[in-house]
Amino acid sequence: MVPTMTSSTKKTSASASSSPATASKKSAQSAVGDVPITPELIADHGITPDEYQRIIGILGREPNITELGIFSVMWSEHCSYKNSRLELKKFPTTGPTVLVKAGDENAGVIDIGGGWGVAFKIESHNHPSAVEPFQGAATGVGGILRDIFTMGARPVFLLNSLRFGDIRGDSPEAKHNRRLLSGVVAGIAHYGNCIGVPTVGGEVVFDDSYQGNPLVNVFCLGVLRHSEIRRGKATGTGNPVFYVGARTGRDGLAGAAFASRDLTEDSKADRPAVQVGDPFMEKLLLEACLELFKEEEAVVGVQDMGAAGLTCSTCETASRGGTGIEIELDLVPQREPGMTPYETMLSESQERMLIIVRKGHEATVKRIFEKWDLPAAEIGMVTDDGMMRVKHHGVTVAEIPARQLADEAPVYRREFREPADLAERQSFNFEAFGESTDLHADVLAVCATPTVASKRWIYRQFDHQVRVGTVVTPGCDAAVVRVETDDGWKYLASTVDCNGHFCWVNPREGGRHAVVEAARNLAMTGATPIAVTDNLNFGNPLIPEIFWQLRECVEGVAEGCRFFELPVTGGNVSLYNQSPLGPIYPTPTIGMVGVIAEERHITRSYFQRAGDVIVLLGGFGWEVASSLYARELRGMRNGQMPEIHMVRERLLQEAVRKMIDAGGVTSAHDISDGGLAVALVESCIAGATAPASPGALGARVTLPGYLRADIALFNETQARAVLSVEPIHAQTLLTLAAELGVHGEIIGTVEAGPLAITLPDGRTVSWTLAELEESWGKSLAKEMDRV
Amino acid sequence: MRWAILQFPGSNCDQDCLHVLRNVLAQDAFYLWHKETDLQGAEAVVVPGGFSYGDYLRCGAIARFSPIMAAVKKAAADGMPVVGICNGFQVLCEAGLLPGALLRNRGLHFICETVNLRVESPASLFTRGCTTGQILRVPIAHGEGCYFADPQTLQELEWNGQVLFRYADNLGRVTPDANPNGSAHNIAGIRNLAGNVLGMMPHPERASEDALGSADGKVIFENIIEWFQPGALAALAKAAKAAQQSAAATAPMPA
Repeated sequence: MVPTMTSSTKKTSASASSSPATASKKSAQSAVGDVPITPELIADHGITPDEYQRIIGILGREPNITELGIFSVMWSEHCSYKNSRLELKKFPTTGPTVLVKAGDENAGVIDIGGGWGVAFKIESHNHPSAVEPFQGAATGVGGILRDIFTMGARPVFLLNSLRFGDIRGDSPEAKHNRRLLSGVVAGIAHYGNCIGVPTVGGEVVFDDSYQGNPLVNVFCLGVLRHSEIRRGKATGTGNPVFYVGARTGRDGLAGAAFASRDLTEDSKADRPAVQVGDPFMEKLLLEACLELFKEEEAVVGVQDMGAAGLTCSTCETASRGGTGIEIELDLVPQREPGMTPYETMLSESQERMLIIVRKGHEATVKRIFEKWDLPAAEIGMVTDDGMMRVKHHGVTVAEIPARQLADEAPVYRREFREPADLAERQSFNFEAFGESTDLHADVLAVCATPTVASKRWIYRQFDHQVRVGTVVTPGCDAAVVRVETDDGWKYLASTVDCNGHFCWVNPREGGRHAVVEAARNLAMTGATPIAVTDNLNFGNPLIPEIFWQLRECVEGVAEGCRFFELPVTGGNVSLYNQSPLGPIYPTPTIGMVGVIAEERHITRSYFQRAGDVIVLLGGFGWEVASSLYARELRGMRNGQMPEIHMVRERLLQEAVRKMIDAGGVTSAHDISDGGLAVALVESCIAGATAPASPGALGARVTLPGYLRADIALFNETQARAVLSVEPIHAQTLLTLAAELGVHGEIIGTVEAGPLAITLPDGRTVSWTLAELEESWGKSLAKEMDRV
Repeated sequence: MRWAILQFPGSNCDQDCLHVLRNVLAQDAFYLWHKETDLQGAEAVVVPGGFSYGDYLRCGAIARFSPIMAAVKKAAADGMPVVGICNGFQVLCEAGLLPGALLRNRGLHFICETVNLRVESPASLFTRGCTTGQILRVPIAHGEGCYFADPQTLQELEWNGQVLFRYADNLGRVTPDANPNGSAHNIAGIRNLAGNVLGMMPHPERASEDALGSADGKVIFENIIEWFQPGALAALAKAAKAAQQSAAATAPMPA
């Protein structure tokens, strides 16, 4: 699908540009002058009367249509964070390992030792994916990749965090959700596979709250030497400004503004605001840019053209450099003739970069981009008057102070209010939670829920092994990727996590949960967390209850990060995630990166061999309210979420790392969605399709007599894990755990099969490995392969 | 042994192949840009995986017109070992160096997973160190890997022993269920009639180190090295052992 302006019929900020498009048959100057700036046009651009006055104050006059468009995208929530900026200040952003701080550049950079660093970030493409899942998701991948290689880093892996409405059954909604999931997965695969950056893990959650408004958050990490960090600064008056990469077309016009509105029934008319991605072009751009960056002298600054395209990259580089920038639109490589300044400046065509070149090195840039058969054009230069000046046929069509445009967007302190039904959300009627009569069926049913079931149908469509770095493949608690440095291999573990339901019940605790869960997942692989990136997905911030959720979640995430001493290196805010059906669950997705000190520490989450002893750390737990079991099988949506006990979390995670270091731990899996039952099932069979597969294994487990079986199996009390250990080391490891303040007990042994659990009443229930594979392993594929 | 790894715009397994040949197998490996016309002293050529020219038109269809391909064709005719992996296999088929074609996977999805390859014949320079029926665990990652050829070509491939690898189950049985992409005769890799050109969809370079879960694929590169220079591997192993011993002799004892 190639969107064109003519297909847009709705009155939106994008369609406002159709007037200058028609006018462009006349001269460019009259096209600019001809469009009267009416209150309706201002409102269509999402600019409030107050903001308009502010614009007049900055310019000292009325803006023309091009300038109005420029302000509208730069001051959209997507680019300016005008509604969330005050909240984001609560995150800890500093630390001894922070090389580039959050917000300073396109992505933060964290030191990993030996003179090397990692640049990483998570970003959403929710709105585009809702209306055009394939291209929406694909360009999301393209955008985050550019954010990383703009920093001078080579992207080495991708993760994603996806959320959809329920995909089960034959309802039109379920069919629509399956189509969205298929499209998003194919889009991510299309882009990531082609460019050759492995998609090594992620999370996928299904819940009715995401009906009509799926979430597509994509994470990318790149590695670089400290000396290779590139900045998005335009400095040095007279330095030439280069445009490199794909030609500019009319696609993605005002996508940033589109992403800063609620989704409605009419959103399909915004399809022209969705960009079209070309991963082949981006691969060439990536290689050409990294080749150019090796010429240390040649490049002064670099910034990708993502949201708000040419507009954002020019004014932001000038603002950071404390300079001005002047460009001539006639020199911009264009895909189609007759584009107006408005269209050229607001286009979000993909795979483009702006490079500030040191004067005298123009030939180097041209030589390298010629080798890669890519357009590279000198379109302007750095000036010293602080203005972003845009010319068209030699006539100035926009002239705006760069710093005010980029950095002085209005900041709002929004009204917030606790939801009236919060107490109800947190109430759980334990009386109504009778004991299960068929645990055999319950375990299979929980394993078959799409949120729990194996995501193999999804990750097998992603090339997760290209770049020969993926040590722990998808399906474990966190992905582990090795990266080559001057110091030899370094092992990075990475995960994305959030439980939106917990955040709906208790946003502050839910925010803390997202951090501890991510840290716990990393600990299971043997890693120590080093930093966090976050993606705040919420509904409309103008609704006080929604803004309250945002505030509370941010507080929770910030508390969690401070407790674990993890700097937040940047991220993304996605608001207005609501459809006529209502807002999404508050979803502050956490992306976390950790380092594994030694190769021998790398631990997988599935059993490795029969005969090993199964150890439960952190006890059997009891908190069943808000658990996946209560929600999915008992229909009890309300209930206070499990308590987050930070100290207990840290002790558990430290204990797991120390036990792994001591030797003898063969697998480690945290207990989360679906409780102990799901942790055991996954430990048994998740490794069956891994490269070095131990095959599917079984286990014999005994629950103590004092427990209620269903609660023991399905509660989601936090700070717990299931480990398998070599029998000879079991006692030493349990003693070690006890010394570290963590209760550990042997609950069974790994066997060839089946999975047999002896219940508190002495009965034994067992599941054949084939049964488990049928429900946990194949449920998602069965749903997706329905017609 | 000197190895050229071709780089087309869109190749993305070139760095992986270089890593394995250079760092794991201590070979003299270098990148060869597609606009070159000379093999620059290469003694073997790898056409790596990826999406050459973005898979536009048809996988591998544009790459075959790259200037370097004329030199590769000539060298192949003269008997130089040429290995096409994944997109490289597609390029070799398009270039006419191997028979048949690779179609969209049955099921239409891209598939990335580790599969079992059954070695069909040790009678090639690529499989000479293997035994018939040996199982290699090697990853695949492709959307268009369904091998297709007309019945007569398939018959010839079989009669001539040109099928080197087939998709198989854990026990080495060649079954429809073990066939991930619908390939004719479960074919995963073939050689040309002369025996010096190999095309395979699975990625041996992704299975050349234990750290990545399988080192089974390394044997294919080792076979070529050994064929080219008998005794080369023994010498490599000896050198590695000596290096280890000298490192151990100088390193302090662990506390």
